[in-house]
Amino acid sequence: MAQLKKVLAGSFAVMMTATMMAGCGNSDSSSKSDAASNGGNTDSKAPDSQVESQEPAKTEDLVNTGKKYNIYVWNTEFKERFEQFYWDKRDTALWDGVEVNWITNTNEGGVYQTKLDEAIASQNSAAADDKMDMFLVEIDYAKKYVEADITLDVIGECGVSNDDMANQYAYTRQAMTDKAGKLKGVSWQACSGLFLYNANYAKEVLGTDDPEQVQAMISDWTKFEEVAAKMKEKGIAMVSGFDDTYRCFSNNVSAPWVTDGKITVDPQIKAWVDQTKDWTDKGYNNKTVLWDKAWDAGQKIDGKTFGYFYPSWGIPFCLLPRTLDTPTDKGGKEEVGNGGYGLWRACAGPQSYFWGGTWICGAYGSDNIAITRDIMLKLTCDTDIMAAICDKTQDCVNNKASLKKLSDGGYKNPFLGGQNVLNELAAAAEKVDLTNKLSAYDQGCNEEFQAAMHDYFLGNTATYEDALKAFKSKIETRYGDVKFDV
Amino acid sequence: MKRKSISYAKWGYIFLIPFFVVYVIFSLVPLVQTFYYSFIDYTVSQGQAQSVRQATDVASNVIDNGFCGLANYKEVIVGDTPIFLSSLKNTMILWIIGFIPQIAVSLLLAVWFTDIRLKLKATGFFKTVIYLPNVIMASAFSLLFYNIFTRSGPFDSLFNMQILETASGSRVVVGLINFIMWYGNTTILLMASIMGIDTSLYESAQIDGANPTQTFWSITIPLIKPIFAYVVVTSMIGGLQMYDVPYLVGGTGGGPKTVLLTLVFQIQKGKNSNVSLVAALSVLIFIVSAILGFITLKIMKDDSVKTRYGKKKKKKA
Repeated sequence: MAQLKKVLAGSFAVMMTATMMAGCGNSDSSSKSDAASNGGNTDSKAPDSQVESQEPAKTEDLVNTGKKYNIYVWNTEFKERFEQFYWDKRDTALWDGVEVNWITNTNEGGVYQTKLDEAIASQNSAAADDKMDMFLVEIDYAKKYVEADITLDVIGECGVSNDDMANQYAYTRQAMTDKAGKLKGVSWQACSGLFLYNANYAKEVLGTDDPEQVQAMISDWTKFEEVAAKMKEKGIAMVSGFDDTYRCFSNNVSAPWVTDGKITVDPQIKAWVDQTKDWTDKGYNNKTVLWDKAWDAGQKIDGKTFGYFYPSWGIPFCLLPRTLDTPTDKGGKEEVGNGGYGLWRACAGPQSYFWGGTWICGAYGSDNIAITRDIMLKLTCDTDIMAAICDKTQDCVNNKASLKKLSDGGYKNPFLGGQNVLNELAAAAEKVDLTNKLSAYDQGCNEEFQAAMHDYFLGNTATYEDALKAFKSKIETRYGDVKFDV
Repeated sequence: MKRKSISYAKWGYIFLIPFFVVYVIFSLVPLVQTFYYSFIDYTVSQGQAQSVRQATDVASNVIDNGFCGLANYKEVIVGDTPIFLSSLKNTMILWIIGFIPQIAVSLLLAVWFTDIRLKLKATGFFKTVIYLPNVIMASAFSLLFYNIFTRSGPFDSLFNMQILETASGSRVVVGLINFIMWYGNTTILLMASIMGIDTSLYESAQIDGANPTQTFWSITIPLIKPIFAYVVVTSMIGGLQMYDVPYLVGGTGGGPKTVLLTLVFQIQKGKNSNVSLVAALSVLIFIVSAILGFITLKIMKDDSVKTRYGKKKKKKA
């Protein structure tokens, strides 16, 4: 059957390419694969609700009349990927006379969402070139936009086929599939998490920096705590601060933050509070808060912090720049000898988790959907481009074939002292399951809950209940349609 | 017979039109709207985005349950978590911490700069210098202080104190920022009013043997009362609207024990979703500002106010 499909697909591909060239003189260099998928599905009578057998939109139906391509982002992460890995490979015919316009708003405090909502509200009335063409979403509020009709159906409206996306990890699609079973966004990242630790401290305290041996020593929370006690004796904090272990717990909850407008604090979240309070009192952390200066400072190789919980994006965007003694913009090189480069190692850590992840979504009303499709194909489906992303930036990509190719080719991560972490990351990404874990309010809940609990950890509020009360007040002010279930 | 004179009065009104148009559109309408929203049960769901494919009268993510009387006011004042009372307290404490040193230092500087006997040199230079902090953006100032006082910042390294992690410490830092930012402005205002006092009063007092303390309390203070009242009222109203500094120092969470969660901070937190609740909060701020303004004016008011601008100029005794 698969064989037959391939043959059919191939024959259609030729036809489609031919018609397209004849039709509008638009020489689409990448049309082979998409046309193939198009053709392959023409004879299948797919029920609309099934992603697996949904028919992709026809390439020639995708509009491309706009002169300005507006992308909503919250940081430079996607922009860097876009400029470094997409721009040279872009379909120049589609981009002819089109300029890209980045609209950046910070994520913190829900600012990005507010601006995005404003853009959505005016999407219908805005002038064609001011309409949003593409926007990014993060896991903490992905659900909100997955269910919204602003978001284009990746297959049915952007024309990316299931065959194109065959190498993506299941969880990245699970996160982006709406109630009707339609896929609403695609990602280039696989954000399964690791525990990155300081090899110098490992050797000093544990006697080895070998990832397998270290992993054996911290394979569950009890063992992790034993190591923390040893670190404490040498004046080294096991983790930097309060929020470091948060994702390990919050990704293993049994129910999302908000169900039917009611907030519940999951036992896993409570377990994080209890553990962190205990560790803070015992001095296993440096009492830092995620992203603050002291938290950054611990990432220097002599930062008195043993390790950080990071998914793969944590290396290029956080750990690497922060551990270098001479930053790259001051002429520093990414090489051994510059600060902590090459002195960090990675292992799976005590509990599997994932953190973050950015998805690309097309916007309804866009006048450059053909470009959206091109970006999606190149950045989230193309095995070669994605292998390059992974190799050059250490960001683990959402492409099984790319990871396998790199791993088989003897991939070594110089930042991690030549360690090959791809197999571990790939295995962890396969394991991520998002069933009943996400709600649209997660960003606010995570932010406000962590902030409220810091008071409890620092001893400013006497009890957990007091801190919870502050959380309740803040979250009910922030989200008017959510009630606290206590 | 031709007109004897041309009425210029209408030009006055015509020139006023732009102001009133802008005022009505950007101030009056939102004000009335805020009152309106405070009486209805109106929420924008943050759990869903607005629909763009279905045309509806109301946006699909709005939950509008219509008129609800004083329910919103009840919730913010006596509700489960009375955010009005807690944040009003936070706001007033922050304001007082900043205002007391501000007014004391400003008065002192204003008196020194205007003293006829001291004859300070280069007052122009000093006036510029003390006014400068007010020119810097509050956000830049807050970030500077945040970086100085944060964990592992210079202050922590020197004294091993993480004062931004304690409730009183973060209050003092916010107060300090407000003080530094505003004392220059207050000094200039007070100086202007002191310089408006007839110098012959000081000269005659000195001839009568009054010392500087006596002239300060018996001449300066009574005669600058109107401006003093103005400074207190404007500072108080400004203080009630305090938001940027506490937010940047305390972060989204509102600082330790949420002591930096001011009234406007609550409004900013809830404005995207809890529209009617924060509208009620805004109306309450309006009422509180009005009451405080009236009280202050009443206290500060005495005959000198009338004589200064009134028709009957009382004979100075």
